[in-house]
Amino acid sequence: MIEVKNVSKRFGDTIVLDNVSVNFEQGKTNLIIGQSGSGKTVLLKSIVGLHDIDEGEIWFSHRHFNALGFKERKEIRKEIGMLFQGAALFDSSTVEQNVMFPLDMFTDKSYEEKLERVNFCLKRVNIENSNGLFPAELSGGMKKRVGIARAIALNPMYLFCDEPNSGLDPKTGILIDNLIKEITEEYNITTIVNTHDMNSVVEIGDKVIFIYAGAKLWEGTKEEIMHTENKELNDFVFATSLAQKLKKQ
Amino acid sequence: MIFFEQLGKFFLLLTKVFAKPEKYRIYYKQTLREIESLGINSFGIVVIVSVFVGAVITIQTNYNIENPLLPSYLVGVTVRDSLLLEFSSTMVALILAGKIGSSISSEIGTMRVSEQIDALEIMGVNSASFLILPKIIAAVFFFPILSLLSMFVGIFGGYLICVIADVVPPSDYIYGIQYAFYPHYISYAITKVVFYAFIIVTVSSFHGYYASGGALEVGRSSTKAVVHSSILVLLANLVLTKLILS
Repeated sequence: MIEVKNVSKRFGDTIVLDNVSVNFEQGKTNLIIGQSGSGKTVLLKSIVGLHDIDEGEIWFSHRHFNALGFKERKEIRKEIGMLFQGAALFDSSTVEQNVMFPLDMFTDKSYEEKLERVNFCLKRVNIENSNGLFPAELSGGMKKRVGIARAIALNPMYLFCDEPNSGLDPKTGILIDNLIKEITEEYNITTIVNTHDMNSVVEIGDKVIFIYAGAKLWEGTKEEIMHTENKELNDFVFATSLAQKLKKQ
Repeated sequence: MIFFEQLGKFFLLLTKVFAKPEKYRIYYKQTLREIESLGINSFGIVVIVSVFVGAVITIQTNYNIENPLLPSYLVGVTVRDSLLLEFSSTMVALILAGKIGSSISSEIGTMRVSEQIDALEIMGVNSASFLILPKIIAAVFFFPILSLLSMFVGIFGGYLICVIADVVPPSDYIYGIQYAFYPHYISYAITKVVFYAFIIVTVSSFHGYYASGGALEVGRSSTKAVVHSSILVLLANLVLTKLILS
């Protein structure tokens, strides 16, 4: 479980996160939704410590993350897997080397044991037999799969995904979403997904947090979101004409 | 004000770079990779430039001291001292600042803007140390080898032009390069090169590491890396020459 308590973050005079408090539950896919520029990515990066917060507290399973020093944070970071928007695979390394990287850095396993784990992770994301390919040779969806495989290589307790289906066609996007949900439930991990894709909300949103202009405006389930009275959330959810038609029906 | 802010950031980055490595074996492998990328891959340009410069210095020196009172072996002496004292250390460093500096800055800068550095940090890896320390070790270890190579090849270039174009008799040239030789010149050149290697890698890495935005900014950081490291190499040349040769 991850607890975010009264977190604020400014860039210069601009308030990017304004007193955000939220609990992300274990074994569930927690979604942060909001318009582009609403502060979703800053919130996600603040939680994992890529941005230092100005006020508030972040707790990982009762460990006060932002009060810890570099070495103590490092221990928690080993429990974190993250899928980046562009997958962030290491360009000069093959798929196998990318997934093996965290194992190389943080385990003393033999090459055979590491390879076995790499192959298991690649099989889990349905991309086996691509060990020798370089990121430039992969499609967008395949890159995301390799990114997930790398994120789960060390059996993380927390999985963070920054817009996992951006740049993908709807069908591949749904496949990636479902993969994230399956892995979350299979390993009982705390997953936080940043998205502005309503398909993701409907497919995998166990818990949904709506961020608007840096503040948390709404929190609920994917079922509740369809009947919300919150104006800003309604504007966001039913922004497309297709969604508006569906709502009228 | 911005200068002091950047200077502070630079030294803070260095403290991260020289932190204890997570796993020595991985750093060792990275260092070997960097030796190949920064060092061995620079053999070609160093050899080509040094041969031609050695040959040109030979022709120019002969042209300038064409006087019956001056012995022709002085051409060899001048070529040797020019190469040992300045060309094979400082000029080669400036060439490498262009080749390696831009490559380091754009490599790390691209990793920054494509979130690869963030990915390393999330995993708990000290990204500054992991990416920069092996480059520093590789350059500090290999630049002196490139400098020595440049000295030998440059002198050989001078000899070659003597043989081909009959600038001065080759035997006089050979005598000249052995005449009044101070081995201290080599240690002076190597000392300078070690400092240059450190400057080029750290300054270029700094610009790459703090790149932000997209391709345009990565290109700008690459240009800044080359300009700043070249200026600092020239400044270090002045200071070290004053300190060592005074």
